[in-house]
Amino acid sequence: MSIDPITLSVIQAGLQQVCDEMDLSFSRAAFSPVIAEANDRSDGIYSAEDGALIAQGAGGLPVFVGTMQYSTRTLIEMIAQGTVAAPKPDDIYIVNDPYLGGTHLMDVRFARPFYRKGEIFCWLSNTGHWPDTGGSVPGGFSASATAVEQEGLRLPPVRLFKEGVLDEEIYAIICSNIRVADQRIGDVKAQAAALLVGEERLNALLDRYGDETVSEAIAELRVRAATQMRSYISGMPDGIYCSTAIVDSDGVVNEPLEINLSITSEGDELTFDFGGSSPPCLGPMNSVLATTHSSVYLAMRHIFPEVPISAGAFEPLNIIEPTGTFLDARYPRPVSGCAAEVSQRIAEAVFAALADALPDRVTAAPAGTSGNFALGGNDPERGRDYVMYQISGGGYGGNADHDGLSNGCSTIGISKAPPVEIMEQAFPVLFHRYALHEGSGGAGRRRGGFGLEYDVEVRRGTAQASFVMDHGRVGPQGALGGMDGATNKVTVWRSGKAHTPEHFSKEQDIALGPGDRVHVCTPGGGGYGDPKKRSPEDVLEDVSLGRYTTDEARDLFGVAISGKPLSVNDLETERLRQQ
Amino acid sequence: MPQKNTGKIVGVDVGGTFTDLILLDPGNSDVRLSKVPSTLDNQAFGALSALEEAAADLASIDLIVHGTTTTTNAVLERKLSRTGLITTEGFRDVLELGRRTRPDAYGMRGEFTPIIPRDLRLEVEERMDAEGRVVTPLREEDVVAAANRLLDQGCESVVIHFLHAYANPDHELRAGELVREIWPNDHVTMGHSLLSESREFERGVTAAVNASVQPLLEVYIRQLVKELASNGYGGEVLVMNGNGGMVSSRLVSREAAKTVMSGPASGVKAAAYTGSRAGFPNLLTYDMGGTSSDVALILDAEPAISNEIEIEYAMPIHVPMVDVRTVGAGGGSIARINTGGLLEVGPESAGAAPGPICYGRGGIQPTISDANLLLGRLNPGKFKSLETSVTIEQVSEIFERELGQTLGMDAVSAAEAVVRIANTKMAGAIRMVSLSLGADPRDFVLFAFGGAGPLHATALARELAVPRVLIPARPGITNALGCVVADLRHDFVNTINKPLDAVDIKEVHAVFARQIEEGERLINGEKIEISEVSRLFSVDMQFVGQTHVLRVDLDTAAPTVEDLLSAFEEAYFRRFRVELQEIRASLVNVNTSVIGKRSALDLSTLIDPEGRKSALKEAETERRDVYFDGKWKDTPIYWRDYLPADLHLEGPAIIEQMDCTTVLEPGDYADGDADGNIIITIGGLT
Repeated sequence: MSIDPITLSVIQAGLQQVCDEMDLSFSRAAFSPVIAEANDRSDGIYSAEDGALIAQGAGGLPVFVGTMQYSTRTLIEMIAQGTVAAPKPDDIYIVNDPYLGGTHLMDVRFARPFYRKGEIFCWLSNTGHWPDTGGSVPGGFSASATAVEQEGLRLPPVRLFKEGVLDEEIYAIICSNIRVADQRIGDVKAQAAALLVGEERLNALLDRYGDETVSEAIAELRVRAATQMRSYISGMPDGIYCSTAIVDSDGVVNEPLEINLSITSEGDELTFDFGGSSPPCLGPMNSVLATTHSSVYLAMRHIFPEVPISAGAFEPLNIIEPTGTFLDARYPRPVSGCAAEVSQRIAEAVFAALADALPDRVTAAPAGTSGNFALGGNDPERGRDYVMYQISGGGYGGNADHDGLSNGCSTIGISKAPPVEIMEQAFPVLFHRYALHEGSGGAGRRRGGFGLEYDVEVRRGTAQASFVMDHGRVGPQGALGGMDGATNKVTVWRSGKAHTPEHFSKEQDIALGPGDRVHVCTPGGGGYGDPKKRSPEDVLEDVSLGRYTTDEARDLFGVAISGKPLSVNDLETERLRQQ
Repeated sequence: MPQKNTGKIVGVDVGGTFTDLILLDPGNSDVRLSKVPSTLDNQAFGALSALEEAAADLASIDLIVHGTTTTTNAVLERKLSRTGLITTEGFRDVLELGRRTRPDAYGMRGEFTPIIPRDLRLEVEERMDAEGRVVTPLREEDVVAAANRLLDQGCESVVIHFLHAYANPDHELRAGELVREIWPNDHVTMGHSLLSESREFERGVTAAVNASVQPLLEVYIRQLVKELASNGYGGEVLVMNGNGGMVSSRLVSREAAKTVMSGPASGVKAAAYTGSRAGFPNLLTYDMGGTSSDVALILDAEPAISNEIEIEYAMPIHVPMVDVRTVGAGGGSIARINTGGLLEVGPESAGAAPGPICYGRGGIQPTISDANLLLGRLNPGKFKSLETSVTIEQVSEIFERELGQTLGMDAVSAAEAVVRIANTKMAGAIRMVSLSLGADPRDFVLFAFGGAGPLHATALARELAVPRVLIPARPGITNALGCVVADLRHDFVNTINKPLDAVDIKEVHAVFARQIEEGERLINGEKIEISEVSRLFSVDMQFVGQTHVLRVDLDTAAPTVEDLLSAFEEAYFRRFRVELQEIRASLVNVNTSVIGKRSALDLSTLIDPEGRKSALKEAETERRDVYFDGKWKDTPIYWRDYLPADLHLEGPAIIEQMDCTTVLEPGDYADGDADGNIIITIGGLT
């Protein structure tokens, strides 16, 4: 290696900076709240040869950590085959086809060739979650689509910007096929401008350090990231680690979908085998290959956050193609649930498998659902239609050091939920409750965090409620003797009568009228370690704060609590814990 | 008319480690400075011993302005007054649930302790809707019962926080009346009174922080005032607020949450004042401490203000405060080789204890400060004078062993690598702060202060392509100086939240008028001499459908709708390079700051003119080898207080002073100005 280690570190920081600035620019200028507020986007730099990930913004949505290199690679291959028009400087391709290295249709990728001295040096690419891309359900999260065509407009890679100029014809086609099209131009410009920011900054970096030095550094950094990941893996005992994670159903057929994972740790590599997982499903809970891979990567990054996001970090992770399972969906399988739900169940399988091997690093399972509740209706007072999305968090799993966090964000996301006050300003709804889902944290030496409980009423007009959530059938898994967190529960009150979705956490178009209510309890996190080993004082505190009842303290933790003020009965506790 | 004062003025700022003081007597150019260890349990002791150290005759002092970290520490360490919450039925957990987040994007871990525990959060029957219409009337007996229960549970302070109180505060006001009838003190905070904006978590946390620190701040200030009085002080005590303005000690605890950023705000205020006098109204400030560094932006001599500061994970305080961003690198940041064989600096820090190796308090890991020592930038003689058994050779050995061997370099090259990587990362972080505030760092002057800011300033400026660096006369007491030069200031924010074409502009004018009136009423009530009252107007706007707002400054309190639209579109284009005629704009907030400006202070005596030498050579105290860009260079070392007033100095050079070291790299040159500032021009950039 001729490049000195200091220049290497400096260039690494420089590449990261380019990506972070693209992320910042995209979010600040974007319109849709999913991007601007929730940061449901990611920006990165990808190799010219095969799209391998060179660097990606630190604030990008975790689920995009692995998908964009697949998307870019596919684009490069299609250009080479001549199935996509060859690039020119200042072109920007748009693509949202899930089967070409994507997630669901709403995640729209832009890719811009970056030229130096007339040659493509690398690709700059970003993904942004558009609020709508057409299809049968506003927002795209269908619970019952059976083909991708029902999910929305699917774009192959086409040049939306040709030599810097927006192709109005392509754009007109897009706008005619999506809802709330009038604001999209703001997002399109923001997404394109972010790539331009990246180009300016990357040019500055190359001018300063020289193209050759930077190329050399990129190659070396890839090796270093691989070395880093390998060193962590070598620290794990060799062996085969297995787990199962369950998706409630595909939304159409009420049967659980199983993810069966076995991870073989051998030397400094891990092999992930999803063999024996359920076959492709009829409903939209299929995952495309890029999302399956990305879910493994993001789970590993949650476990080893120190390793930089780079193709090198993924090298020691061999993923056997899950052919014939719902984790390798092909056209025309519907996929709208893959990025938001299936991805989180894959991550859960990784956590559950590795908890024994890495007890200090891995947490018990987090709630692991994005908790999508969509309400579309008409507000007679304002004389207009609306679509409301409520996303919600859940408890995180306990871990070696702490109890799990309550109402945490989804495993694959980083987005905040909107405040109740903002929801009530925008939509004809009234929340009656927005509270801790009591008792939901899985019992353990370190208990799981608590989920959320909310109860919301439609005040006027008619509306349709749809749910794409998960963990309604079984709760998030406990680890090392900890118990599962509470399941997700949905109850719809129509004219005073309770209705629960047949598929636990998924149903589409439930008709509601004024006064009808939706009551949701989100999952708690899994417990970590034997609940009988939890300190009685910690159990007492939870009971004093109303998080668990005295019965739960006795039954789950073996701690007898009574009296006023509440106190622990030591003798009785000892007796319970010896049982 | 209340009695207005002139004359001797003291600024005293309590920081995490030191309490700094500056005494100015504009009458006879007397300046006194002192620095004593902070006494964090009761900050008043440190303040008094700083006064003693400065040999200040309290009876002759006319005004004391105080910056305190009392409330900051209380929040960060959760050493809070026992506080209860009375809130809307169904919503007591809002403060605990937050906005569904986690501390870091990667790693499904983290902890969060809500500011008020769950058993002290009680619910009452009441409900407003988003339009401010009553959905459920307030059940008054619930309120009384809740207040009594909180008193029984030993609460000293109480928050009343109802949903949509920003739209209609009637229920909060009525509940407040009821609670005040039985509450034994004044510690009743209503959610809408500090922040009349939607977002129940943020408004609730702001109110909860206010209530939980209010009793502490009040006790502390009362004690301080009493101690000062018993030592002969008969004047006013003013306290620095996080907005960079000050407020009288009588009023400060009412809005105690506003003091949470008091310290950083005074530093930035001093920078704005110093820079403006020096002819540099646009500054990026860089205050480098032991574990982290603070970065802020000053435009046209006004510090950037934010209403959305988050002082730690999930702890938003949404009142206008100087927008100071923290960068996770300081002198104590640790350097190590990661498992991929790459050199990394931070984010772990040796902090103050054990601190860098060279402090001799048991630190054994290489830090940025140690690297500066090995490179000759920090004076090795200074460390000999500390009671430390650590030698340079030992530091060098650790660098060689921990870093050099893996990287294939000697200790000095490893030290240079550490500084270079640290500078790259810090520069990147400063750039991100600057960009996120909508500014290109190259258009600014870097104002470096704090113990270590001037040590890295020229390198950071070079990295950022910032052409000039300003090092104030007394970088180590900048916060105390901020207290002395601050103005009286009151900020007001009112939410409109309507598309521009639906805005009644008369309503906007009326809001501005009310804000001005209230601000002037408060300022005229203070017993402080004011040279003029100025008003800053702005609006927060966005395109319909966006969630981020953009602040647009106005030069009038009576704008037309067209004025607002064109000012917004222009600001938007400047910031994002995007024009969006396709989409409607909307008016979110109307803001006024009313500022009681104090008379200008002369800073030229911050460095005693008598002590200055007439020739540069005479200011040179020694020469030593300093490592620049891979080579040792024989470098002159100057004592700052000796430097001639008409300084012109070519790098490389090191300038030392009481608590700070400034580095001039080869190619840089420095000039002095009338206030004793050093203005460094970065070589190769201009």
